[in-house]
Amino acid sequence: MAQQLLKKKLALSSNYAVAYAVKALDVDVIAAYPITPQTHVVEKLSEFAANGEIDAEMIHVESEHSALSAVIGASAAGARVFTATASQGLALMHEVLHIASGMRLPIVMSIATRALSAPISIWNDYSDVMNARDTGWIIYFTSSAQETHDTVIQAYRVAENPKVHLPVMVAYDGYIMSHTVEPVEVVEKDEALRYAPKKVTWPKLDPDQPITMGTITSPDWYYEFKYQQVVAMREALRAAEEADKEYGRMFGRSYGVVEGFMLEDADVALITMGAFANTAKVAAVEARKRGVKAGVLRLRLYRPFPRDAIIKMLSNVSAVGVVDKAISFGAPVEGPVFNEVAGAFYSSDNKPVLVSFIAGIGQRTVLVEDFVSMFKKLLDYAKVGRGPGESIYVGVRA
Amino acid sequence: MTASELVAVAAIKEGKYALAFPEFGAERRGAPVRAYTRITAETTLIPRTPVLEPDIVVVLDSGLLGLPDVLQGIKKGGLLLVNTKAKPSELRARLGCSSDIRVATVDATGIALETIRAPIVNTAILGALVRASNVVSLENIIEAVKERFPGRVGEVNVEAVKKAYEKVEVG
Repeated sequence: MAQQLLKKKLALSSNYAVAYAVKALDVDVIAAYPITPQTHVVEKLSEFAANGEIDAEMIHVESEHSALSAVIGASAAGARVFTATASQGLALMHEVLHIASGMRLPIVMSIATRALSAPISIWNDYSDVMNARDTGWIIYFTSSAQETHDTVIQAYRVAENPKVHLPVMVAYDGYIMSHTVEPVEVVEKDEALRYAPKKVTWPKLDPDQPITMGTITSPDWYYEFKYQQVVAMREALRAAEEADKEYGRMFGRSYGVVEGFMLEDADVALITMGAFANTAKVAAVEARKRGVKAGVLRLRLYRPFPRDAIIKMLSNVSAVGVVDKAISFGAPVEGPVFNEVAGAFYSSDNKPVLVSFIAGIGQRTVLVEDFVSMFKKLLDYAKVGRGPGESIYVGVRA
Repeated sequence: MTASELVAVAAIKEGKYALAFPEFGAERRGAPVRAYTRITAETTLIPRTPVLEPDIVVVLDSGLLGLPDVLQGIKKGGLLLVNTKAKPSELRARLGCSSDIRVATVDATGIALETIRAPIVNTAILGALVRASNVVSLENIIEAVKERFPGRVGEVNVEAVKKAYEKVEVG
């Protein structure tokens, strides 16, 4: 029986895992522009469309700005839509990102995360998504092809939830995941649609019942529109938790908005996202063999930021390291996620020693041993009772 | 890259957990590429990092033998498989390979030219790999190749796999 279940698994990269999820969700309109390392998503979806395996309008646009603009139009007309991008493509979309969230459209977009130019790098880090973190989108970071597949499906349920109506990014590591082939149990269309039924829950453009969207708004109303986005984003945390629980009930896989690994008795812990998580977990096991009680907290949902869950899960840890794969130039401490974790802990009773690590910039390799060293450093800072006050750059030739 | 993926596909068919990932400069056919495959039956906790201590090293182009040290980090009892016309003993002498490493050779380019009629060795080398290592079964490699290359292309690639399986020499 177990063997049979395993046999059902396909060998897919995260890029293909995304395409199979979009196929299962019966998406109406796809507009995308290919960019490395996301290209395979668009290729596979084009193949599905050409073979008649999906019944979607495939719009091959001339830029990412147009890709998102096209799906905004389609979504406003009541279509279930999808797009995908990375790096410079996400940067080129930037102004339209705000329009998608401001118009409260349930768009889902996958990001094969990649560094930003200059100098040109086609390789992985999180500069692209961090650059877009304040655009009002819900943002997930996944850490396996299976989870990427599952999260795209969850994303539609969250986005189309009437209490939410916000766009969602599902981010995964360029190359390290986008091009890595691994086992994936693919969800079939009927199952996916039972979980995330096609129903237009959001206000749509309809000639018979005309409404206006995204119009000019004077100072006596603009503020309220923005505050409604704040409320929706808060609701999104509960909606994401509900969507994940229901997914677990239906498909036997759930991930939580944060995931703890060996945290119960940990003295030190690293907060990681995406593909780093597995390597950090292996390192935690290794560190424990060497006498360091290490644990890992993986942040799966980044926006909205699961502040309370993080504080609760790390309540007994004396030193916490945040591993950032992006640099916030000129920030108080240059790790963008570090600053948010520090902000979260400032208002909590429990204040562990906090350390910022920057690693994996432009896909600089970070090995298990590098994570073990980070755990050891955390133990040293825990003994002193305070962190270094500035970011530690792992593996840089300074 | 295709070879590393097909090994993972075959392993997944056997109910194992596997990761296959490339490390390349640019996405361009024929450029030198390192690709890694990690396979395990016990756990899904596999680091997403390059393999620094391989059990098996497969070299698809013997022109690369001089550039990187292909034996770097290879485990004792490990296997080096090279696409070359040379005999394992000749290659062993040339590389100064210690006796606790197994060396296998196959003329995958010759086999590919004969069967596929192109010097593309990604599939032929896999026939040699399963014979020399048992890392996955021949049947599952053939299945994986057929799925990746449907129709006539698949048939000639399967032929390449089988031929290399017969012709590989281990010494």
